[in-house]
Amino acid sequence: MEKVLLKGNEIIGEAAIRSGCKLFFGYPITPSTEVVEYLSKHLPKQGGTVLQAEDEIGAINMCYGAACTGSRVMTASSSPGVSLKQEGISYSAAVGLPMVIVNVNRCGPGLGGLGPAQSDYFQSTRGGGHGDYRTIVLAPSKAQELYDYTMLAFDLADKYRNPVLLLTDGFLGQTMEPIVLKERPEAPVVDRDWIVDGCKGRKKRVLASYSLTNEIGEANNLKWEAKYKDIQEKEQHWEEFHTEDAEYLLVSYGTTGRICKSTVLNARAKGIKLGLIRPITLWPFPVKAFAPHMDKVKGIVTVELNTGQMIEDVKLTVECKMPVYLYRRQGGMLPTENEILDFVENKFSLSGSEEV
Amino acid sequence: MMDKVIIAGFGGQGVMFLGKVMTYAGMGSNLELCWIPSYGPEMRGGTANCSVILSDEEIYSPVIDFADAAIVLNKPAYEKFAPRVKPGGVLVVNSSLAQLENPREDITIIEIPATDMANEIGNTSIANMVCLGALLPHLKLIDLPKVEKAMDELVAKRRPELLDTNLLAINKGIAYKKS
Amino acid sequence: MKKVFTKTKGLTDVPFSFCPGCTHGIIMRLIAETMEELNIIEDTIGISPVGCAGFSQDFFSCDFVGAAHGRAQAVGIGVKRALPDRVVFTYQGDGDIAAIGTQHAIHSAARGEKITSIMVNNAIFGMTGGQMAPTTLEGMKTKTSPYGRDIESTGFPIDLPKVIANLPGAVYVASVSVDSPKNIAQAKKAIKRAFQVQLAGLGFAFVSVLSTCPTNWGISPVDSLKWLRENMMPIYEMGELKVTEEVKSL
Repeated sequence: MEKVLLKGNEIIGEAAIRSGCKLFFGYPITPSTEVVEYLSKHLPKQGGTVLQAEDEIGAINMCYGAACTGSRVMTASSSPGVSLKQEGISYSAAVGLPMVIVNVNRCGPGLGGLGPAQSDYFQSTRGGGHGDYRTIVLAPSKAQELYDYTMLAFDLADKYRNPVLLLTDGFLGQTMEPIVLKERPEAPVVDRDWIVDGCKGRKKRVLASYSLTNEIGEANNLKWEAKYKDIQEKEQHWEEFHTEDAEYLLVSYGTTGRICKSTVLNARAKGIKLGLIRPITLWPFPVKAFAPHMDKVKGIVTVELNTGQMIEDVKLTVECKMPVYLYRRQGGMLPTENEILDFVENKFSLSGSEEV
Repeated sequence: MMDKVIIAGFGGQGVMFLGKVMTYAGMGSNLELCWIPSYGPEMRGGTANCSVILSDEEIYSPVIDFADAAIVLNKPAYEKFAPRVKPGGVLVVNSSLAQLENPREDITIIEIPATDMANEIGNTSIANMVCLGALLPHLKLIDLPKVEKAMDELVAKRRPELLDTNLLAINKGIAYKKS
Repeated sequence: MKKVFTKTKGLTDVPFSFCPGCTHGIIMRLIAETMEELNIIEDTIGISPVGCAGFSQDFFSCDFVGAAHGRAQAVGIGVKRALPDRVVFTYQGDGDIAAIGTQHAIHSAARGEKITSIMVNNAIFGMTGGQMAPTTLEGMKTKTSPYGRDIESTGFPIDLPKVIANLPGAVYVASVSVDSPKNIAQAKKAIKRAFQVQLAGLGFAFVSVLSTCPTNWGISPVDSLKWLRENMMPIYEMGELKVTEEVKSL
């Protein structure tokens, strides 16, 4: 299969095209801009549409409109831009619209900086906008996963009629790595008997989210809740790295999830039985990943690029059965593999050489 | 096996491009590769740097703590990145723009007047290629034929008139022996 | 017996739920008749906003998408770009299109988006109970301008059609009223033209319709029509504000 060198953001664009994405609406913001640039160059050649909107609010609402027609549609932005999109994402979740939203996370709050961060974990996994909804959140950790998870994102969006968020960061977006351009997997067959495309030969349809009465409101919330439970049951994805005999676990996703693999190998070389759980879906959080390790793991460190956000989900999952600590860098800084190992050794009073 | 390389200099000295040449050179050999630019405000003036990892096994952490090798094209880059070369590693210094005081003795330092040599060839902007040549014999996973193939991809197809001088610069870098 | 009036097929059987004397129903009927006359009911997707105009999704017999407040045009553009051969119109109040969603109005016109936008201007926020709108007249009392709109602190009413008419991608811009049978006929003509512009693929078409809100204005339906004529029509420039040569030749 064809192997190419592309920047992370470009990979997302290429995967979108190969996923059958027909429309892209966006607005430039560093460090996500190469997504809209790449698609502007290549999507129209495939018969698709790219429109640079007047703002992020326009872009997400154009996605909302296009998704109502059953077309595969995507937008991409970075943290402040994704904040602007939140109202539109809430409406999309309420109507049940499949779409892919890319957040190339930069550090915040406010304007923040362009460096990699995971500061949007809460926003991504708790819905993000108003109302009680969830979006499926996928967290790639390297170039090939940017490609594969973009394709997965479109399929999950269609399957569950729900917005799917691809959460990456500026480091992944700007880094260039070789990837295999896999063919699009067999797309799931989904029914399209809800779209609006003109009421020829059928009754008119209305796609809207207003609940005229409280009774209708509750019925809608129960319907969405059932969908979210179904997704939580079926779509928890994670990767385990040297967990079989692990006495200590790192939990980390995205760029830091990848760095942690080097930490695990360095620890093992010193005789420390360290393993890694790398969540691939951040929502639904991979609770199931922890079950086999509950009784044998002595402690957990989450490694994050924020003040400690995912650690709350890890703590909820392990229910105080073991100590959970946070190692974090912020503001665009990345930890090195050895900084993380130093922290683990220090927190659990481990001295590698003694354990050998 | 792995080559972790840091490249740094002024914006406009071809730092990113030099990294791309090394990365493309790894493409033919089925290596795992990472090209990581500094991005953001640094792109728009000041010191530019990028890192390149070439590896014959999966690259886990892409963050270079200590590099196997570095190319520094000016004095600020030397000051910032010389300490980041691991003991026993290689540092290529563009001595046209950086004179060294108290150089480290636990690494191999190659001082090469790359900008002067590039001017002699007639194109000041290929000092980066001279430095690449100087480093090339010290890299484990790419060699001149692979770099030539990369140049074919990156230069011959886009700016064919620049191919010969670029290759000449690389070869001069390889052949350079401090007199 | 000869049938002199039949309800248009462009409307459903859902009864209008507007307040007595509100002219929303008239404007909707004009749009519905237009769709029927142009034989496009089954090809049309309407976009409803938030506000009283939002009820439109139940009354028209074509497909509809409900948008967030102010976003109808962005949503409509998404639909139109996905389905270029369908007809897309937005039906919005003045608060929706001239305050919270103005950027989309400006850029729909700038880009010449091939959609039709109908603005219903009653100079007040109706659904939320009568607050000041971007179109509220100087001195006009609303719940958020209880002493009358003070130009010094809250600025001037926006004449959006005049703004839109200045943008090259807008090819047809009209400001009409439904206060009298004669003006209703003219409004119908303008609305129909705005749809024909889209069918011909010429660019952005925009019609502003002055409308009454007796409930929130606090006057009777009949007096409301008189108030509209005497107070709104002198402020808002009326008629076809922009008709490009291409549109004239339709």
